[in-house]
Amino acid sequence: MATIEQKGMYKVFPRSGKNVSYTHYCPGCGHGIINKLIAEACAEMGLQDETIFVDPVGCGVFTYYYWDAAHISAAHGRASACATGVSRARPDAVTIAYQGDGDLGAIGFNNAFQAASRGEKFGCIFVNNSLYGMTGGQMAPTTLEGEKTTTTPFGRDSSLTGYPLHVCEVFNQLKAPVYIARVSVADTRRIMQAKQAIRKVFQIQKEKKGYAILEILAPCPTNFKMTPDKAAQFVIDEMEKEFPLGVFRDETADHVNPKSVEVPLVKSCMELFQEKDSIPAAINDAGFAEKRFKFAGYGGQGILSLGLTVAEAARLERRHTLWFPSYGPEQRGGSANCSVVVSGTPIGSPTVEHPDVLVAMNQPAYERFAADVKPGGTIIVDSTVPVLVEPPEGVKLIKWPAIKMAEEFGVPKAANTMMLAALKKFALTGLTAENLETALIASFKKKPELGEKNRELLRKAEAHE
Amino acid sequence: MTKFVKSNEAVVMGALYAGCEIYFGYPITPASEIAHGAAKWFPMLGRKFVQAECETASINMMFGAAGAGKLSMTATSGPGFSLMQEGLSYLAGAELPAVVIDVNRAGPGLGNVYPEQSDYTSAVKGGGHGNYSTFTLAPASAQEMFDLTVKAFEMAAKWRTPAVVFADGLQGQMMETVELPDTEMKAPDFSAWAAEGTPATRNNLVKSIYLDAKQQEEFNRHLQAKYAKMQADAMSESYLADDAEILLVGFGISSRIARTTAETLRKEGIKAGCFRPITLNPFPREDLAKVAAGKKILTIELDAGQFADDVRLNLAKMCLGAEAAALKMINRMGGEVVSVDDAVKAAKEMI
Repeated sequence: MATIEQKGMYKVFPRSGKNVSYTHYCPGCGHGIINKLIAEACAEMGLQDETIFVDPVGCGVFTYYYWDAAHISAAHGRASACATGVSRARPDAVTIAYQGDGDLGAIGFNNAFQAASRGEKFGCIFVNNSLYGMTGGQMAPTTLEGEKTTTTPFGRDSSLTGYPLHVCEVFNQLKAPVYIARVSVADTRRIMQAKQAIRKVFQIQKEKKGYAILEILAPCPTNFKMTPDKAAQFVIDEMEKEFPLGVFRDETADHVNPKSVEVPLVKSCMELFQEKDSIPAAINDAGFAEKRFKFAGYGGQGILSLGLTVAEAARLERRHTLWFPSYGPEQRGGSANCSVVVSGTPIGSPTVEHPDVLVAMNQPAYERFAADVKPGGTIIVDSTVPVLVEPPEGVKLIKWPAIKMAEEFGVPKAANTMMLAALKKFALTGLTAENLETALIASFKKKPELGEKNRELLRKAEAHE
Repeated sequence: MTKFVKSNEAVVMGALYAGCEIYFGYPITPASEIAHGAAKWFPMLGRKFVQAECETASINMMFGAAGAGKLSMTATSGPGFSLMQEGLSYLAGAELPAVVIDVNRAGPGLGNVYPEQSDYTSAVKGGGHGNYSTFTLAPASAQEMFDLTVKAFEMAAKWRTPAVVFADGLQGQMMETVELPDTEMKAPDFSAWAAEGTPATRNNLVKSIYLDAKQQEEFNRHLQAKYAKMQADAMSESYLADDAEILLVGFGISSRIARTTAETLRKEGIKAGCFRPITLNPFPREDLAKVAAGKKILTIELDAGQFADDVRLNLAKMCLGAEAAALKMINRMGGEVVSVDDAVKAAKEMI
C-alpha cells in the first residue's frame, strides 16, 4: 500500500503494533484532522527536536504512534499536572499537553485550571467533542443540553446535570494565561483557522511567553451516531451555538513575564549548610549515665528553647542528644512541652516516659508529668504552682521562684533562664556549668547582647537560696 | 560537619546532596517542615520548588519531571499518601525514578497528626493498582532521614523505580545531630530513555500502556524480575542479637524502642536482642533468618499488625514456619507509642 507522508508524523506507525500508515481514529473524527494539524505545525516550525508532547487518556492516547517527537503518556486527567512537571524540568523544551473534554473538563479540571492560574509554560490543546469518545460515548461536562449520550439516554437533563462547561470562558477569568481561543474543525475554512491557532500555541511556547490554551470543537460521528458530514454539521449548528468560536485573549504581542522575586543564591550544598564552629559528632562514653528530661509549661514561657539550650550544652559535651517537641493541636492549645535525651551511647527510644528531671512551669504541666518521674529523679516546679499532689516516692521536689525572679530582675521573659539556673545550681543535667552557659549564650545568636545579659541573670538567680 | 536539625529538615538536605532538582508538594502535618525547607533551599541552589494544588497533582508533576529526565521528590503524610497511590502506580508502570517521603500520621481517615506506622501496606507493598511495589526505606534517626533519603534517590535511579522513605510523625519532629558529607552528588543522566526535548531524545517515549495483553504480561514479568534483583540491595541492622533468646523486631522509630527494651532486659539478665529491617521492600529476609532461627520473636509496631504479618511471611519464605507461628506482637495505634515498660513486660511474658 502506498504511504502518504505527513509532515511531522512517522511514515508508518509501528508503535501501534502494526506497520500501517492509517490512524486508529474513526472516519470523520476531529482528532484525525487535529493530529495532522499539530504534526504539521510542529514540523513546519522546526520544533520536532525540542517538543515534548504530553499525551492524555482518551481517544488522543495514541498520538505517540503518529507524531514524530518525544512523548510522555500521562494518567487520566493529569496531563496538565504532568506538563507542569515537564515544563519545570525542561524549561528550554516546547511542552504541549493534548487533552480531551473528560480529561480536562472533568477529572482533571482543577489540574488544568491551576496550571493555567500559575501561568505554567506549556501549551494546552483541548479537544471538545461534547462527550467521552474512548469509553463509549458518555456525557462530558461539555455535553449539550438535551444531547443524547450513553449516560444521558433521554438527553442531558440540566435539572440534574447542570449546563455545558465553558472552559475558555472560565479560564479567561485568570490573569496568567497569554492566549485563550476556541476554534473548530468542522469545515475547510475552520480547519485553516485552527491551523493558525495551533501555530500560535507553538509560537508562544517557542518564545517562552507562558500558558496558552486552545479549545478545538470536533465531531465524533461514531458517538453522535451520525455520518461524518452530519456530525460536522452538528458541530457548526449546535456546538458552536453553545460554544462560540473566537479569541478570548491574545497577549502574545505585548506579553511581559512577571518579575521573579529575588532569591539569594549559593553555589553548593556545602555552602548552603555550612555552619561556623560546627560541633564535632558525639563520642561513645558508656560511663556517662543517660539522662532524660521533660520541660513543660505554657507556650510563650520559653519551654522549647530551654530544652534546646540543654540539648546544645549536651552537644558541646559531645553527648548523643535528642530533642523532641509537642506538636500539632497540642502545641496550639497553649501548653507546650519538649523532651530531651542526653546519653553517652546511641539513644534508643526517643520518648521520655520516666524523666530523670521534670521542669514544670505551670500547674497542668506538674499534674500531667509529676507521677512519671523516675525514683531518684527531680522535679523543679515554679513556686507559683500550687502543689496539690505529692510527687512520687523517692522523687525530690524543688520549688523554684523562676517567674518571680524574672519579674524582679525586670525581664519577665527570662523565666526559662531562671529555670536553667536551677538545673545548673543543683547539678541536675550532668553537664558542665561552662557548657550550659555557652549554650545559653548561643541560644541568643541573633541578639548577642541578650546572651550576655541572660548569663548575668543566670548567675544572679543561682545565688538564690 | 555536623548540624542539629529536625529530621524533616534532614530529608531536604539529603535530597539536595543526592542531586534532586525539583520539589513538588502540598503541605500536611506532620510533614510540612519538609516543604518549608524545600521552599527555601531548593531555589537558593538554583533548583525548583513547586507548590501543587493537591497531592494528586504533586505526584503527577513528578511523573512529568521524571519522564523529562529529572530527579524530583515530594513529602506527605497518610491522607496525601493515599492520593499519591495513583501516581506511584504510573511511575512504577513507566519505570520512572522519583522519591516520596511519607511521614506517617494516625488514621484511618483524617485521624490525627501523631505517629503511626499504619501506612505499612501502601508504603511497602505498592498501594496503587497493578503488580508493582516501591523501593521502601525506613529511617530511625535524623542521620538516617538524611542518609536514607540519599539512598532512596540512588535506588530510584539505579532501578528506575519510585522509592519511598517511610517515616512517622514522631521522627519527623525530633531533632538530632546530622553529619553532612563534604561532597554532593550530580544529577544522573537519563537521556537514554527520557523525553528531554533534545534531538537525541526525540524518539523517546515514556508510557505505562501496553494494549496487547501478551506485551503487558511481558512487562509485568520484567518488573517482577527487576524486583527480585533488588533483593541484593536489602539492608538491615542487628543489635545484641547473636546470643539472644528473644528477638525484638521493629522498623523505624519502633526499632529504637526495641533497642532500649533490649538494653533494659539485658540489665535484668534476660538475653534480648534486636533486628531491624532498614529496607522494608526489598525485605532483608536472609538477614532476618540468620538471626531469628530458633528464637522467640516479638514485633514492636505502631499499626494493627501489618508489619508482624510481613515478618511472618518473610520468616515462612525462609522456612522458619515455627518461629513465624510463635511470633507475638506489641503494638499501639492512634498516635500512641509503645512504651519501653510495656515492651519489657510483653517480652518477659514470652520467656
